[in-house]
Amino acid sequence: MATYLEFIQQNEERDGVRFSWNVWPSSRLEATRMVVPLACLLTPLKERPDLPPVQYEPVLCSRPTCKAVLNPLCQVDYRAKLWACNFCFQRNQVCELFLKNVEFVFTRRGAQSPLIFLYVVDTCLEEDDLQALKESLQMSLSLLPPDALVGLITFGRMVQVHELSCEGISKSYVFRGTKDLTAKQIQDMLGLTKPAMPMQQARPAQPQEHPFASSRFLQPVHKIDMNLTDLLGELQRDPWPVTQGKRPLRSTGVALSIAVGLLEGTFPNTGARIMLFTGGPPTQGPGMVVGDELKIPIRSWHDIEKDNARFMKKATKHYEMLANRTAANGHCIDIYACALDQTGLLEMKCCANLTGGYMVMGDSFNTSLFKQTFQRIFTKDFNGDFRMAFGATLDVKTSRELKIAGAIGPCVSLNVKGPCVSENELGVGGTSQWKICGLDPTSTLGIYFEVVNQHNTPIPQGGRGAIQFVTHYQHSSTQRRIRVTTIARNWADVQSQLRHIEAAFDQEAAAVLMARLGVFRAESEEGPDVLRWLDRQLIRLCQKFGQYNKEDPTSFRLSDSFSLYPQFMFHLRRSPFLQVFNNSPDESSYYRHHFARQDLTQSLIMIQPILYSYSFHGPPEPVLLDSSSILADRILLMDTFFQIVIYLGETIAQWRKAGYQDMPEYENFKHLLQAPLDDAQEILQARFPMPRYINTEHGGSQARFLLSKVNPSQTHNNLYAWGQVRNLQVFGEDAKLTE
Amino acid sequence: MCPFMQFIEGGRRYQCGFCNCVNDVPPFYFQHLDHIGRRLDHYEKPELSLGSYEYVATLDYCRKSKPPNPPAFIFMIDVSYSNIKNGLVKLICEELKTMLEKIPKEEQEETSAIRVGFITYNKVLHFFNVKSNLAQPQMMVVTDVGEVFVPLLDGFLVNYQESQSVIHNLLDQIPDMFADSNENETVFAPVIQAGMEALKAADCPGKLFIFHSSLPTAEAPGKLKNRDDKKLVNTDKEKILFQPQTNVYDSLAKDCVAHGCSVTLFLFPSQYVDVASLGLVPQLTGGTLYKYNNFQMHLDRQQFLNDLRNDIEKKIGFDAIMRVRTSTGFRATDFFGGILMNNTTDIEMAAIDCDKAVTVEFKHDDKLSEDSGALIQCAVLYTTISGQRRLRIHNLGLNCSSQLADLYKSCETDALINFFAKSAFKAVLHQPLKVIREILVNQTAHMLACYRKNCASPSAASQLILPDSMKVLPVYMNCLLKNCVLLSRPEISTDERAYQRQLVMTMGVADSQLFFYPQLLPIHTLDVKSTMLPAAVRCSESRLSEEGIFLLANGLHMFLWLGVSSPPELIQGIFNVPSFAHINTDMTLLPEVVNPYSQQLRMVMGIIQQKRPYSMKLTIVKQREQPEMVFRQFLVEDKGLYGGSSYVDFLCCVHKEICQLLN
Repeated sequence: MATYLEFIQQNEERDGVRFSWNVWPSSRLEATRMVVPLACLLTPLKERPDLPPVQYEPVLCSRPTCKAVLNPLCQVDYRAKLWACNFCFQRNQVCELFLKNVEFVFTRRGAQSPLIFLYVVDTCLEEDDLQALKESLQMSLSLLPPDALVGLITFGRMVQVHELSCEGISKSYVFRGTKDLTAKQIQDMLGLTKPAMPMQQARPAQPQEHPFASSRFLQPVHKIDMNLTDLLGELQRDPWPVTQGKRPLRSTGVALSIAVGLLEGTFPNTGARIMLFTGGPPTQGPGMVVGDELKIPIRSWHDIEKDNARFMKKATKHYEMLANRTAANGHCIDIYACALDQTGLLEMKCCANLTGGYMVMGDSFNTSLFKQTFQRIFTKDFNGDFRMAFGATLDVKTSRELKIAGAIGPCVSLNVKGPCVSENELGVGGTSQWKICGLDPTSTLGIYFEVVNQHNTPIPQGGRGAIQFVTHYQHSSTQRRIRVTTIARNWADVQSQLRHIEAAFDQEAAAVLMARLGVFRAESEEGPDVLRWLDRQLIRLCQKFGQYNKEDPTSFRLSDSFSLYPQFMFHLRRSPFLQVFNNSPDESSYYRHHFARQDLTQSLIMIQPILYSYSFHGPPEPVLLDSSSILADRILLMDTFFQIVIYLGETIAQWRKAGYQDMPEYENFKHLLQAPLDDAQEILQARFPMPRYINTEHGGSQARFLLSKVNPSQTHNNLYAWGQVRNLQVFGEDAKLTE
Repeated sequence: MCPFMQFIEGGRRYQCGFCNCVNDVPPFYFQHLDHIGRRLDHYEKPELSLGSYEYVATLDYCRKSKPPNPPAFIFMIDVSYSNIKNGLVKLICEELKTMLEKIPKEEQEETSAIRVGFITYNKVLHFFNVKSNLAQPQMMVVTDVGEVFVPLLDGFLVNYQESQSVIHNLLDQIPDMFADSNENETVFAPVIQAGMEALKAADCPGKLFIFHSSLPTAEAPGKLKNRDDKKLVNTDKEKILFQPQTNVYDSLAKDCVAHGCSVTLFLFPSQYVDVASLGLVPQLTGGTLYKYNNFQMHLDRQQFLNDLRNDIEKKIGFDAIMRVRTSTGFRATDFFGGILMNNTTDIEMAAIDCDKAVTVEFKHDDKLSEDSGALIQCAVLYTTISGQRRLRIHNLGLNCSSQLADLYKSCETDALINFFAKSAFKAVLHQPLKVIREILVNQTAHMLACYRKNCASPSAASQLILPDSMKVLPVYMNCLLKNCVLLSRPEISTDERAYQRQLVMTMGVADSQLFFYPQLLPIHTLDVKSTMLPAAVRCSESRLSEEGIFLLANGLHMFLWLGVSSPPELIQGIFNVPSFAHINTDMTLLPEVVNPYSQQLRMVMGIIQQKRPYSMKLTIVKQREQPEMVFRQFLVEDKGLYGGSSYVDFLCCVHKEICQLLN
């Protein structure tokens, strides 16, 4: 159904929305039988160059429980100057100003407060690592908007909050890394409590007018960039001696707590990023993940399963408390963790996950992976604005046949109950509003709905259901903006119009939405349970939509709009999002973090890595992610989102070794070698976070990255059955037959 | 080993003079004896022939059996509003630059091994990193005063010579840094805690120099209330005023001593600061307390700077343990001074300097033999300024006598008064002052009555007979009784009393003698050709004359009293003004006039000041002017203005007591 594919793509382009079903089953009962819930992937701030900001306030429905925004789907009676809300059917007066049709972005004027960047820097690093980090931080100052406020907290055994305003002597406030402090204590100790702060969101403070105490710690970049550059340059490794056999004492928990407390007391509800740079696990104080004895290793999945991770629960609790406070203040926390061993991302993940912050994991700060990823945070869009927004609230409104079941993504619930909130929760539910403290144009939420229309009250033919997404946010230009996306889809009766519904199934969106549900469950449930649940869902789906003759596996068919879905599920089962084998708890947390925030295209790459083949036999082409695709005369390029692997087949590798590429008569070989490198560069340039780039060949140790991903159709067991590629659909069928 | 050991059996064994135990001489120490039973190397080994000598201690005598690190000096400056306003912070910072050049060092060494560190504070603490490779010092603020910790290790304690430029840079900046501060509140216990933790972290003993101005009222451990209450004076509860308000300081002092941290406190109070509480740590850690009431730059500057310089430069040992051993028949029972005792024998001192004295009380517990006499050995284990562990031994052999007359003949009144003062001032904490005064009078009477009864030749009962060696005892005793610690006077503040009490507790014999009975010198009789001091006269108004000029000194104060008809040539000579009326009494330093009178007088003052632990502030007093009232308080033989009997009255009173005892 090319038309539906186009329709889906057009919608995504325009609205940033992809629904699992694009024609909706009109009754509750039927909807539940569809297996894949009615849900959508929403990219609230999808980049739209053609979207001009409107300079006036949106027109709202006057019913207090509704307050939907006037949109093109509303019926407007121009003569009576009335419009009917398409969600609650309230009749409203048309405001004189608003006569044209609807636009998507509104700006709200008012006092603006600058963006805030608070660097929280670990000093328990190796010398060259620290040096690299210092350089990255110094460089970042030139990328910040000149009026942005910056602050610096460093930590090791102690936590130092650096005062930036003073001239001459450098001052810092020092805190013990072992003592948990309340927000009040932190503010008292930093001397932030005396001047009264206007707390309203609408009127954030202007530092120029009131010389706040906080200005000592947070200063406009243009004022102190020289000082701060020097200060960063003079940063020393944590001077406290570390004896043999010990880890350095690292007070990450207290440092974060102070960062959160500092912003909480000074700039609540203003866009702010806390950027945590750490090179190892927290080893003391609240939030410690491992003790300082090197002989006791950091927890592994094995320890966690055996309930043997003694610090995990307490640490997680600490960071969750911080994350929730940060979210309440509208700030976000980024974690840049660069170390060879684990750094406690498992415990700290909530800080980034709940606040919409970034999580970046690398081996060292002295790698291009970190340096470029970090730089990419400050890239700008075509308007010259940062690709970041702050303190967003997403308000979802539905027409009365639908209710909201929940959301999965970098958000927290705002606990707004209402008539359109379902009792059945999927993901973070029980609310119609969520807060997304940090988001960028690709931040994507999965939002799940429930059809509540009863079977016995059919919807008239041609009836349409509507959903409105209202996103209030602080634009990186510090303006408050509101983006309103209103969509509508047709209702269809399952009994009579099943084929319509089937054809409007978006298997890609469905796969990602189901995967999000699976990963969300995996955070709290045992791995095997989640896999079983996914399998059962797949089987039920195939049962419902597959066509087959009983007792005849070969007869099984799925229509085009479902054909890829089982394959996605197969790879999802093997993916690091659900399989923890061979991954550390930190890695799992890292992968899951990105899975829960990337858009559909990236998510699909994560579920099912892309494999391109380059050979003399033709132009580059995508090939099956299968071991049969690994051939001696091919170069393969695999993109797993987190890794880019270039793999030279056996023959190619030999040719290269022989140096054919340097001979003028074999220039075409040189081009063949170059082609995947160019393509990889292109991906590397665009992706955030920058993937790990692996260049390997047949027999190379790094080839394991490729080999672990492909479908093992050829193993030592069936090596002789060369070329007998088992169809992936058959795999799904197997599962079904064993039912 | 000491000269009291008796070698026997040809030098193979020796008998301890203290416990009479016979020990084998270890082979490496063996030496033959000469014909009178003395070892041949008697004069070569100091421990065999000298009363006092010093050993370099072996590792067994060190903490954790590790040689100690050289000590450190930490300067901790109160930068609250009042100290900034009166210019004190600027003065301290300015002067430290030159004074630090003179931190004590071993004679043979080029530079001092003592490291220095700096902290400023008001209600939070500021540590400074003055590492030599820094272009600028760095300041680290610790606001968690509830649980103070040391925010840095490297760069806090530094060698002065190496970090000189950074330190000078810091000292230049400190006054400006806090120039706009309007912080009035201070903390105190956390400051000491911080210094102690810093020394602990650096694993070295040391001394804190704290410059403090006000009652620590900020929320922190050791927070104090203004509890000064004049109503308690002359009641049984008066002792409370001398006790610390909280036990925070007591436990802090114990911690300090345990880590060899001595605290010297310079106080600049403008009102009540509770010296009894603040002074406790300095007292128990062998530190010194200095107090400058209502510090005024032009008046008190010199006195303070002299004290500071003197205190920085003075000879000092750290982390000391003293033990007093005696031969059988008597033993040391009580100790007074800047000490802390965790058990009954070990006297612990975080530091001990050349001006501190420990008074030891001995009691008989058996008969002493007249043949062997009484032997006393005092051993002090301490760490030198270069970080060497040493053991200093003093030995004293005393004769014993069964004749009371001999006993009375050999008594030393100055030492007696030192002992009585310290024991009385110690008792102040626990007993009503009235009781203490009665006990003192009683003891005086007893001593004299005993003499009269057992030694003196019979005479009329109405006659007062004093032993020759004790003839000044009553007058000294009267001075002690009249001291403001034991006898309250309205113009003396509670703080001043607590301060004087504390001073006396660490005083040596000479200092306490001068303190209780000031030196009064008739300056007008000064012989300009002699370098001798004029003979002192008795401290009584009757000794003054209108034509005279007198200099009075008690170790804390110095007064130059000018009679109304002082000789004009003297006035011209000393003050370089034509007449009595022209003399400006505001000065605290005599003008340097090129004139024999002036030179001679200044030389005399110099001699008096020399070797005194406290710099004396000079006050010019004109006869029949208001300040004379203060001066008169020091004429201790006269009747006090607010009670306190004259010498003659006291003598009569004691005589009465004696008569009663004899009957």
